[in-house]
Amino acid sequence: MSMNQTAAEEIKADSQAPAYSDNRLRHWLGSRWRPGRWVTVGLPYFWLLLFFFLPFIIVFQISLAEPQIAQPPYTALLEWVDEAVLQVRLNLGNYALVVEDELYRAAFLNSLWVGLVCTLGCLLIGYPMAYAIATAPERWRVPLLMMIILPFWTSFLIRVYAWIGILKGNGLLNNFLLALGLIDEPLAILHTQTAVYIGVVYSYLPFMVLPLYANLSRLDMTLLEAAADLGCRPWRAFLRVTLPLSLPGILAGSLLVFIPVVGEFVIPDLLGGPDSLMVGRMLWTEFFSNKDWPLASALALVLLALLVVPFVALQRWQSRLEGER
Amino acid sequence: MASLVAEGQSGHTGQGAQEGLAAWQDPTAKPYVRIAGVSRHFGEVHALNDVSLDIYQGEFFSLLGGSGCGKSTLLRLLAGLDTPTRGRIWIDGVDVTDIPAYRRPVNMMFQSYALFPHMTVEANVEFGLRQERMPKAERAERVGEMLDLLHIGELRKRRPDQLSGGQRQRVALARSLAKHPKLLLLDEPLGALDKKLRTHTQFELVKLQERIGITFVTVTHDQEEAMTMSSRIAVMDAGQIIQVDTPGAIYEYPNCRMVASFIGSVNLFEGKVFGREDNDILVAGDDFLVMRLRCLQPLSLGTPVTVAVRPEKMRLCPECQGPGDNRVTGRVEDIAYLGNVSIYHVRVSPTQVVTMTLANMQPRTEQMLTWDQEVTMTWSPSCGVVLTE
Amino acid sequence: MKTRRWPLYSLLAFGYAFLYVPVLLLVVYSFNASRLVTVWGGFSTHWYGELLNNTQILDAAWLSVRIATVNATLATVLGTLAAMALVRGGRFRGRGGFELLLTAPLVMPEVIVGLSLLLLFVAMQHSIGWPDGRGFTTITIAHITFSMAYATVVIRARLAQMDRSLEEAAMDLGARPIVVYLRITLPLIAPALLSAWLLAFTLSLDDLVIASFVAGPASTTLPMVVYSSVRLGVSPQINALASLILLFVSLAVIVAGLAMARKRD
Repeated sequence: MSMNQTAAEEIKADSQAPAYSDNRLRHWLGSRWRPGRWVTVGLPYFWLLLFFFLPFIIVFQISLAEPQIAQPPYTALLEWVDEAVLQVRLNLGNYALVVEDELYRAAFLNSLWVGLVCTLGCLLIGYPMAYAIATAPERWRVPLLMMIILPFWTSFLIRVYAWIGILKGNGLLNNFLLALGLIDEPLAILHTQTAVYIGVVYSYLPFMVLPLYANLSRLDMTLLEAAADLGCRPWRAFLRVTLPLSLPGILAGSLLVFIPVVGEFVIPDLLGGPDSLMVGRMLWTEFFSNKDWPLASALALVLLALLVVPFVALQRWQSRLEGER
Repeated sequence: MASLVAEGQSGHTGQGAQEGLAAWQDPTAKPYVRIAGVSRHFGEVHALNDVSLDIYQGEFFSLLGGSGCGKSTLLRLLAGLDTPTRGRIWIDGVDVTDIPAYRRPVNMMFQSYALFPHMTVEANVEFGLRQERMPKAERAERVGEMLDLLHIGELRKRRPDQLSGGQRQRVALARSLAKHPKLLLLDEPLGALDKKLRTHTQFELVKLQERIGITFVTVTHDQEEAMTMSSRIAVMDAGQIIQVDTPGAIYEYPNCRMVASFIGSVNLFEGKVFGREDNDILVAGDDFLVMRLRCLQPLSLGTPVTVAVRPEKMRLCPECQGPGDNRVTGRVEDIAYLGNVSIYHVRVSPTQVVTMTLANMQPRTEQMLTWDQEVTMTWSPSCGVVLTE
Repeated sequence: MKTRRWPLYSLLAFGYAFLYVPVLLLVVYSFNASRLVTVWGGFSTHWYGELLNNTQILDAAWLSVRIATVNATLATVLGTLAAMALVRGGRFRGRGGFELLLTAPLVMPEVIVGLSLLLLFVAMQHSIGWPDGRGFTTITIAHITFSMAYATVVIRARLAQMDRSLEEAAMDLGARPIVVYLRITLPLIAPALLSAWLLAFTLSLDDLVIASFVAGPASTTLPMVVYSSVRLGVSPQINALASLILLFVSLAVIVAGLAMARKRD
């Protein structure tokens, strides 16, 4: 279209001539040979493959073995018999035990139950908090948020420990209630499932509040004004506008609480009693007390399989959100 | 600053080998920037499709088009921030296609200005010179020159977040000029300024460019801005260059309907060629309108054409009619009073409204045209452009 | 939206009380003269003195701090690389798997991570003779593996916010990619690097489960000592230790928060 069309065509023809093959090689190399990029992707990738992915293959391998009193304490899957025959010994007994045994099944069900109850608990306490922070005056938001994050930075173990002193038979809560005359004899809370609920909700509350806040603070408050302007009462506006729009935040927070709680070990171990069986705790016992590594591995993999479903859902959902952005 | 002016070549209209002829009109002139058959595909999206373009030394060249037309992509290819899928780019006789941005003698002023927030104004301007390993004394001198050139000497110790929009724009300009590039690329240079400042800065940019003589290539979506500043404009659409010409030629002689309606406002009449008299052709409009138009193009009878007439080329009948002029009659539907001019919308047929702009030579109270009045408008055969695309 | 806000604010206050009262009680009772943690026996700093003479705790604390420091540094480096790859890398083969591997440690139950890493270390020692024994190295590797994922999240968010044209402008002005990285990208994401480092440091200092799996008999981290002590019952020394940790962390977070707030102004 320009007046230089012919000249341009000339150059175009030149550019496709073999004289430029050298340049093309450089071009090809230029887009592929980027050492910086190999390092940025390669190094963390290599690390994760070696120390995060590979271990699961080994766990899988060991879950198919049988325990033995030796070092390492499990049988090999592959064995050379008489130097000539490769013998493969697979033992599915661990999985059979995990699935069929009443005790393990109860532990899995109870873990899921605790996860569910505590996720709901966190949601009930966390949602009003996140909503209040998100709608608070601008200058209050950062300090309020900091106060949510601060416990997250302090020791998890110590925060759980704090509840022992409170919930004990002669602990602070009982002393307080006795002094008020509300109860006549100390309540047995420590070493029960209730203590586990309290401890989990307490420890995981920030994980619920933060994604909820992130979601609610992005919510356009003029939507509520529009709803009010159209004659919608505040409560109905909340139920029909705010709540549906904050579903992604609710989902994110719930998964962040639910998934780790199901595999929780410290809280049921320190606060729970004999009735609060949870998978994490069983796995720990099988491994450290009973030295049954193959069974612990099988437990780990079944637990993983149970959690993969919500996890993949989370991953999908996150990448979909990013795609929308 | 003196050195910068000395290094540059003279002339806003490009350096021609023959006196009195602009570079692009001179077949012997060597293009300074040569873009040959360049395409850039992002997966399925073809941001640029086989674009060829020559830009001459000392030009103030504008790439004009709506968003997503590929103008910014082309600029990034010139800067080296992106590589073409196909085609090659030469700058000053060197094939730069495979040369990365940091080795090209080209600098860019970014739309967001991209001033480094953690550095002072001075350090920002100095950044490029540091990369060249220029000696410290020389560097300081050059920074001083640049800050003086753009009248921002007193801002040298400030940080970008302590500057106003206009000041930032100057710092960004100083930074991109500091290395005395062969080519300065400007991505929407005035986009972030408010309207008043923008008009002022347009003229300043042109003056600066004339003074330092560096070839400027700017990207803009604002046709007024392109018209004011450029020596030539390339109008782009859907990854292709539609027309390259001087602002005047683009306005007066657009080569297709898209360019005609993108630049300024225009009246378009559809019709078919039905005769030729000397240099004129006769066009039968769809609304039984017969038009006579200057057209040297050989067009066979029956060719469907579009006739484009600018609103200010329309005059009122009878006082202004010349011999052989076209005329059309209609009823005034709308009047927009803009002070210096008024815009009239005249319905000439059930399907066509013609826009006419008239200068307000008398005070408003004495205006002769009013709503629903029947008027006859006229325009000379040389004022309409015949478009086939 | 002129609704009464006090019900909402009282819920908020209740939430904060729930979060803070247990911790405050812990601190208060660390100054208790009585050995019984739940009965107030007068003010005393006795337990702090005991704590400072407890070599087992001090040794464990020193080990934990060393592990946390190495872990935080390496996790931040790897996290920065991973974030660069994700934000600036565009499409590359295996990106989906990479993202999965980076997100999984965030939600993976600790018992699984700990068990699988221990089994890896045992298998590696069995087949290639490294790591020889378990302790500092294995704990650090395990901690890097999961804190790197957290570091990536923090740095990635910052990097995604950063105006890409800043880097392009530097490159346009003649800076080679490595110079762009060192003089533009790194200074601009420095606050995120600091947060990532602090986060990785605390995560490591706090970890009980994973360290218990991958630690050898000779190496005991601070949480492991606290845990074995807590299992035996409440101890005022642990209260004192907890208060010191709280003091340290709160100061660090407040100082970092103030520094960032000032930088923003």
